[in-house]
Amino acid sequence: MRLITDSGPSRQEHLDVHGPLPELGGAQLLDLVDAAGLLGRGGAGFPTGRKMRTVAAGRRPVVLGNACEGEPASSKDELLLGRHPHLVLDGLQVAARAVGARELHLAVHRDSAARGALDKALRERRETVTVHDVPGRYVASEESALINLINNGVAKPMFTPPRPFERGIGGRPTLVSNAETLAHLALIARHGADWYRSVGDPDEPGTALVTVSGPGVRHVVEVPTGWSVGALLTQAGLTDLQAVLVGGYFGTWIPAEQARGLALTHRDLKAAGGALGAGIVIGLPAGSCGVLETARVAAYLAAENAGQCGPCLNGLPAIAGAVHRLAVGPWNDRSMADLDRWLGVVAGRGACRHPDGAVRFVLSALNVFDEDVDRHRRGRPCAGVHAAAVLPVPRPPVPGRAA
Amino acid sequence: MRVRVNPIECTAQGLCAEVFPEWIALDEWGYPAVDGQPVPEQLVKEARRAAAACPVLALKLSQD
Repeated sequence: MRLITDSGPSRQEHLDVHGPLPELGGAQLLDLVDAAGLLGRGGAGFPTGRKMRTVAAGRRPVVLGNACEGEPASSKDELLLGRHPHLVLDGLQVAARAVGARELHLAVHRDSAARGALDKALRERRETVTVHDVPGRYVASEESALINLINNGVAKPMFTPPRPFERGIGGRPTLVSNAETLAHLALIARHGADWYRSVGDPDEPGTALVTVSGPGVRHVVEVPTGWSVGALLTQAGLTDLQAVLVGGYFGTWIPAEQARGLALTHRDLKAAGGALGAGIVIGLPAGSCGVLETARVAAYLAAENAGQCGPCLNGLPAIAGAVHRLAVGPWNDRSMADLDRWLGVVAGRGACRHPDGAVRFVLSALNVFDEDVDRHRRGRPCAGVHAAAVLPVPRPPVPGRAA
Repeated sequence: MRVRVNPIECTAQGLCAEVFPEWIALDEWGYPAVDGQPVPEQLVKEARRAAAACPVLALKLSQD
């Protein structure tokens, strides 16, 4: 595969496998990235070339690599940084050259297991990269939160506009790119646009890293874009499933049979009412309780609000509390009207997309697990409430209360 | 002109909704929900009064 190889992390091993990074000019690189059709791999899937051109047009731009990986169910960026740091760092260099930036920054989760490998790789290189340690909170790795941390020491999202590409680090236009996006850039600079487009979906080409999880399963695979979700699940041994969560905790639940037939592209998943997000696929076995799993994650998302915006800091704990009571009781069915109201009134009213993602996630659960929801509402929870937890949640939050 | 709340600055004091109830309603926690559509000409004066009424200047007016 392209990004994930048997190569060790040292610079020499990296160069042995991939060859040297060619010295291409900024304008040449911009054309190259446009032609390759690279889409950002941090979740939004925005065309990288277009983002770069906007930043390149600004005064004294800077680049910021985002290797924070706030999603608990994602491991791809940590894997890249730990095993192939020079791919990420080459990509950062390429991005800087493309936009005309003289300053390179990299944001990493404070407790990342890959930090040692990153530091070692930096010592093997000549360019200066300022590494920023980011607290492991869910919203801390949001792009405006990274800028806020770097500028003001506060890892909380900011009100936008202006977005980082307009005014970011030190008020300068800042290109924020996911670690995997940077890794692809490192190879596009070497092998060109045609090479990049030679695999994957014609409209969203290349390969993508996907973290696949389920009972007893947690691994990262590199697949051509457009790969079948069903093939991913079968390869992982995840067979007896009731539903699949695609896109992480801001993503959506999809019934297992429907999910198996979907292709891993932004386009396909959007058409199915979902999203690709940062390439996260979680299989929920038939014996689990979708409502309880959703309640646990909703509580986590509620506890992870930044405490800045009223609708989110009030609404998410209320939503999480209701879903928890629906899952394990005590449930008063009048609460359903409250839950519906909260789910309708919170999205779009925060400074960042945290409440929107949480709402989308919970709404998809109520939709996909509708039969189970009905049973729970009538006071007959399924046996799945006793099953082992499947969705990874970093620390046990208290449902109904914000951190 | 459009009206937007900066939800980080907003402390739910509610004066905006009092001044401009045609456009701004308070949710159950006292936070404003604002219509995102362009403000019609005859309500622009109210919009300006609402923005001026906010003690923390969280209500923003944009010319688009």
